Amino acid sequence: MSNSKILANGVDVYYGSKQALFGISMDIKEKEVTALIGPSGCGKSTFLRCINRMNDLIEICKVSGSIKVDNEEIISEKTDVVSLRSKIGMVFQKPNPFPKSIFDNVAYGPTIHGLVDSKNELEEIVHSSLKKAGLFNEVKDRLNEPGTSLSGGQQQRLCIARAIAVNPEIILMDEPCSALDPIATAIIEELIDELRLNYTIVIVTHSMQQAARVSQKTSFFHLGELIETGDTKKIFTNPDNSKTQDYITGRFG
Amino acid sequence: MNNSVAKEKIVSLRKKRSLEDMRFKYYGFTAMCLSLAVLVFLLYTIFSKGYTAFQKTIVLLEVDYNQEVLKLTPDSSDEEMEKGKFFRVKKQAIENFFPDLSKSDIKLIKKLFSINVDNEIKDYFLENPEVINTKQQIWVTAHSDVDQLLKGNSRRDVPEDRRKLNDIQLSYVDQLVEENRVKQVFNNFFFTKADSRHPEIAGVAGSFMGSLFTLFTVFILSFPIAIGASVYLEEFAPKNRITELIEVNISNLAAVPSIVFGLLGLGVLLNVFGLPRSTPLVGGSVLALMTLPTIIIACRASLKAVPPSIKEGALAVGATKTQAVFHHVVPLALPGTLTGTIIGLAQALGETAPLIMIGMIAFIPNIPTGLTEPSAALPVQIYLWVESAERGFQEKSAAAIMVILIFLFMMNAIAVFLRNRFERKW
Repeated sequence: MSNSKILANGVDVYYGSKQALFGISMDIKEKEVTALIGPSGCGKSTFLRCINRMNDLIEICKVSGSIKVDNEEIISEKTDVVSLRSKIGMVFQKPNPFPKSIFDNVAYGPTIHGLVDSKNELEEIVHSSLKKAGLFNEVKDRLNEPGTSLSGGQQQRLCIARAIAVNPEIILMDEPCSALDPIATAIIEELIDELRLNYTIVIVTHSMQQAARVSQKTSFFHLGELIETGDTKKIFTNPDNSKTQDYITGRFG
Repeated sequence: MNNSVAKEKIVSLRKKRSLEDMRFKYYGFTAMCLSLAVLVFLLYTIFSKGYTAFQKTIVLLEVDYNQEVLKLTPDSSDEEMEKGKFFRVKKQAIENFFPDLSKSDIKLIKKLFSINVDNEIKDYFLENPEVINTKQQIWVTAHSDVDQLLKGNSRRDVPEDRRKLNDIQLSYVDQLVEENRVKQVFNNFFFTKADSRHPEIAGVAGSFMGSLFTLFTVFILSFPIAIGASVYLEEFAPKNRITELIEVNISNLAAVPSIVFGLLGLGVLLNVFGLPRSTPLVGGSVLALMTLPTIIIACRASLKAVPPSIKEGALAVGATKTQAVFHHVVPLALPGTLTGTIIGLAQALGETAPLIMIGMIAFIPNIPTGLTEPSAALPVQIYLWVESAERGFQEKSAAAIMVILIFLFMMNAIAVFLRNRFERKW
């Protein structure tokens, strides 16, 4: 039994006066892939963005309750958001490489955090991150070309490399394949499977096949509530809740 | 309703709809042609009225650099030469301009020459001191009245008392033309001299430099303030009543008549702080206040246009808010920001009213060399010349309009170039 990495307890989220999440409590284990599934607008992305405090960007969003990462409370005024985000990388729905070179995209994180002392070290980190993201062989000859010149799938892997470069422990993925074709999707899924060995991964996905393929744990959200969470196998074959059953069999959502 | 009737109705409606389409296209086309025609007419009028200002009339004058008349010797030092009696040489030259002139004729002929002729005779001598005690044929500037007559801008078929030149002067001018002792050349004075009471030696150099210094002041003051204000408002400021109020008032400020800013400059900058009046420093400060809202609005628009995903990406790898903004958002917004600034500067370049309020309308006959020297500005110069009674200033004002228009076109061209060159697509 692995240790819990993220422990959420009674998380409520309000957008203005509208409540988006209702008392979410959840235990996310270390070095596992946890998939968050559910129909659109059910709050799974909102929950994901609570974990690295990305919701701070939304003025009207208020988060209450408790989320502990490595037993440290992060829903608090005192939390150092910058160091939290360097520990928790994030990959977005739409690939968002910086309009800079491929090299600079990956090098940005290590540079601002002062992780490197020399150019060689930086090069090493960039190369190893690109290798871990399975992109190095495709781009090794054109590291100076703009990141935006890559294909969609390559851009997304570049964003994964960018997240890995600051050496996080957790990677959050917000529908990372929704803008990609099936081949690029398959490559990313394979990559997620490899990354699981070193990182704790939380992935939001609309594709139930994807959740079934890549995750060990699955949580089903509906209308801002966590309906059911458990081993992926169990959720997809023998869910406890009838709503989960209806959703995974395609009766709604 | 039966089927064929319905079909007919649909077809007739479709015809009507496509007709409407065509009509609207022609309306738009006509509107565009009309505005183009107006623009072409405007440019044509300015050009046809003003192009003659780029030429001046010069007259061939035989000057005798006699050392006794000049009260100089071939061994005189440079300083002594400066003080030579050149006006006596000029007087002599004009007396001998035509053979056997009467005293009254000499007086009339004197009026055919520019007041600047003394200087030209002197400059020629200072450049070639070896011409002492020789006779030289020098081309000197003619009086504006002669210039206008030869350019066809003033009529000779009106009664004598309503003309600048009387019949005797006209006959002398005709004689000069016949003897090829008069010609038209490029008017270098227009580009090298400041304003003057005499049209033939008035130029835009003074007001051009004044405008340049003013714009420099505007840029130095407004660009950093505008960037700071817009970055703060767009990226850092909390969204509450106060910032909302500020935003609304920035838009309001952009619509405040410019003369109000002029009054502010007069009341505060000149009277309270005692800054020197008529200077580019004060003019630039006032215009900077006036253009700030415009630039802030443009800056904010270009900051807003940067996709939020870029900032999110930076924040997600652990950049602080300041790093995310200054490493990613501001560089991406810079082309738009610069474009907005240049548009603001162009607006400031054409502004007249506030400059009049702070005294940049004064008659300044020399070219300014710094921010704290009294100077004119191009639009004010045009205003001054249009007001002047002398016919010679009319073509000058049209030519000065050309100069300011070319200045504006160039600034806009730079803005377009910057936008195309640095704008990123994603």
